[in-house]
Amino acid sequence: MNALAEITAQDQVHTVLSVPGMHCASCMGKVERGLAALPGVARARVNLSARTVSVAHSPGLDTPDLVAALSGIGFKAQPRRDELAPRYAAVRPLLAPLAVAFFAAMNVMTLSVSVWAGADGATRSLFHWLSALIGVPAIAYAGQPFFRSAWSALSKGRTNMDVPISIGVVIATCLSLYETASGGRDAWFDGALMLLTFLLAGRVLDAMMRDRARTGVDALLRQAATGALVVGDDGTPRWHKTQDLAPAMLMRVAAGERLAADGEIVAGASRFDQALLTGEAAPVVRRTGDTVLAGTLNLDSPVDVRVSQVGRDTTLAEIARLMEAAGQGRSRYVRLADRASRLYAPAVHTLAALATLGWLVAGAGLYQALVVGVTVLIITCPCALGLAVPVAQVVVSGALMRAGIMVKDGSALERLARVDRALLDKTGTLTLGRPLPDPAALAALTAEEAAVCLALASHSGHPLSRALADALAAAGHRAAPLVDVAEVPGTGVFARWNEDSVALRRPQVAGGMASALAIGSRPDRLIAYADRLRPDTAEALARLDRLGIESSILSGDNHAAVAEAARQTGLTAQWGATPAAKQDAIVRLQAAGHKVLMVGDGLNDGPALAAADASIAPGSASDVGLQAADVVFVSDSLLALPRAVAASRATMRVVRQNFALAIGYNILAVPLAIAGLLTPLIAAAAMSASSLIVVANSLRLARAVR
Amino acid sequence: MNGLLFLIPVALGLGLLGLIGFFWALRHGQFDDPDGAASRILLDDDDEEGEGRN
Repeated sequence: MNALAEITAQDQVHTVLSVPGMHCASCMGKVERGLAALPGVARARVNLSARTVSVAHSPGLDTPDLVAALSGIGFKAQPRRDELAPRYAAVRPLLAPLAVAFFAAMNVMTLSVSVWAGADGATRSLFHWLSALIGVPAIAYAGQPFFRSAWSALSKGRTNMDVPISIGVVIATCLSLYETASGGRDAWFDGALMLLTFLLAGRVLDAMMRDRARTGVDALLRQAATGALVVGDDGTPRWHKTQDLAPAMLMRVAAGERLAADGEIVAGASRFDQALLTGEAAPVVRRTGDTVLAGTLNLDSPVDVRVSQVGRDTTLAEIARLMEAAGQGRSRYVRLADRASRLYAPAVHTLAALATLGWLVAGAGLYQALVVGVTVLIITCPCALGLAVPVAQVVVSGALMRAGIMVKDGSALERLARVDRALLDKTGTLTLGRPLPDPAALAALTAEEAAVCLALASHSGHPLSRALADALAAAGHRAAPLVDVAEVPGTGVFARWNEDSVALRRPQVAGGMASALAIGSRPDRLIAYADRLRPDTAEALARLDRLGIESSILSGDNHAAVAEAARQTGLTAQWGATPAAKQDAIVRLQAAGHKVLMVGDGLNDGPALAAADASIAPGSASDVGLQAADVVFVSDSLLALPRAVAASRATMRVVRQNFALAIGYNILAVPLAIAGLLTPLIAAAAMSASSLIVVANSLRLARAVR
Repeated sequence: MNGLLFLIPVALGLGLLGLIGFFWALRHGQFDDPDGAASRILLDDDDEEGEGRN
């Protein structure tokens, strides 16, 4: 308590860490208690929806300390970039209008029911005035999202679904006001408000789906290398954030760390994993004097790097620029609902105008003719149409989310349903993109050897050791008790076990990726590592084929590695493709009339992911890949691909049925309206019924993901 | 008729109360972390008296 009291509110620092591994109450409790127990931490508060924890702590505590503390209690954490910290929620600005519309609709409906039940004279007039008092401000407030969108479309000379909605709502309100003032029989406030409530509910569902997926993807963004250990002139290392790095600084990059900036090695030599940048699976050796790139992973031993380029100048930023240019084609895609409204809106407006004219010609008064016209407008207001698309998409994205597939927005599902050609990256997409120990070598270890091996591997942060420890732990082995454990960077882990000295180290003979397990005087055990195909790859490709999608490999890796993957999967392949070449390949296919699905993970796939009609990235992808892709899957299995495509096609089927239902309802109701037989009561009942049917039909999609 | 004059304001007032309650919740971050709020009730660390409730 004393330690806490010393930290005054002024010099507290707030740090937000992303902890993707939290998913339950006990995780949350562990993280909060674990952090609160650290000296210098005043407060730790988990946000489980965003999978983040915000920590208030004294300035003496560094981000790496917090990350280390979390990893001590079994949670992987990454610092979040500052600009990402305030989470944008698309659903927030819509909640208040929905609440207002719902409140007003319910109250006005209560009053309307008494009017329908036969309230007359002064009572009816009073009820209409009360309805106007509630309804007009509520419509003005809750209708804003539609009015604004309709206005921006109209001012650009276009039309969208919001135009007929806005016109219908505004005209209904004005006519109702006139009716109320002149003591007329019917007012339409209830209809207009109910329409807004239903439509806002649809919008909220749509926004919720986008928010949920965005949060999921945000939590995955590794934000790797948001800083580096910089060695000062006096030789003391200090942690610098990426944006504080400047050329000519000296970074010390430990094994297992990603580089925060481009630079030249001035001391040491190591192997670097460039898979995210180039798609090359095999690590490359870089020695003193060689250039290393931001975003690459240092595999073996610590090196000192003289920073040459930072931020916007790095190779990484170059690819990001290429991507921005590539994403333009996709923004030209017009959503299904808007395409439908292009046909629907003119038809409805013509119909309403014709009905008014018809009654005038038939000798009715101007007022009566106008009432009929407005009735047609209100009854055809696309209430069920407004729900038809978002409800189906939100239900299916919920089902996909449970299967570990995150869809970023509704238009992604629409575009995904149309693909007929798939291009797959190799490293990290077809394969897992991380070295895994040879299962045969592990099986050959005795239980005793495996226990020692697990204990040694768990003492190292080296990527190979981590993979080895994970594989052994997954196989059910327990770590043996070791003493005098020491890790020699770039060489291995050494310790004593019973009377023997044991070691897990680099093999004497270099060649490929391997580590050697030495126990006392026993012969060394060699464990080889390789990047392997994802589980269920064959099954997934077969299912894609059955869906009528032809797949092929598009990789930046060298010929031999790609040929091996092509042989295992039976696909055709293009190798050595640069980011620009990948983009070209997609543009060529699109020019030939194909709808292309790009599946990739790396930075080098970024432009291709942005250029394709639809794109999918695995959860292990680079930040750029995660942001560029429409769909992200977190499972290891490649079956996510056919599942996502099949689910998106099922969604489009249901959406088309919904359209048919909504339009069918209009075909029944419009003749009644034109004939002047439609009362507000029938209109309200019909509107609710058609909306409910559309919602019920969409709920069938909850089981669409197999 | 007199009953109505009394009941309608009561009905509207109650509805308005609900609406105000919802706006209050919206303003005070009650919808920031729905998953966390659902799980937090399952935590039973009663040992931290008075603190940790922020």
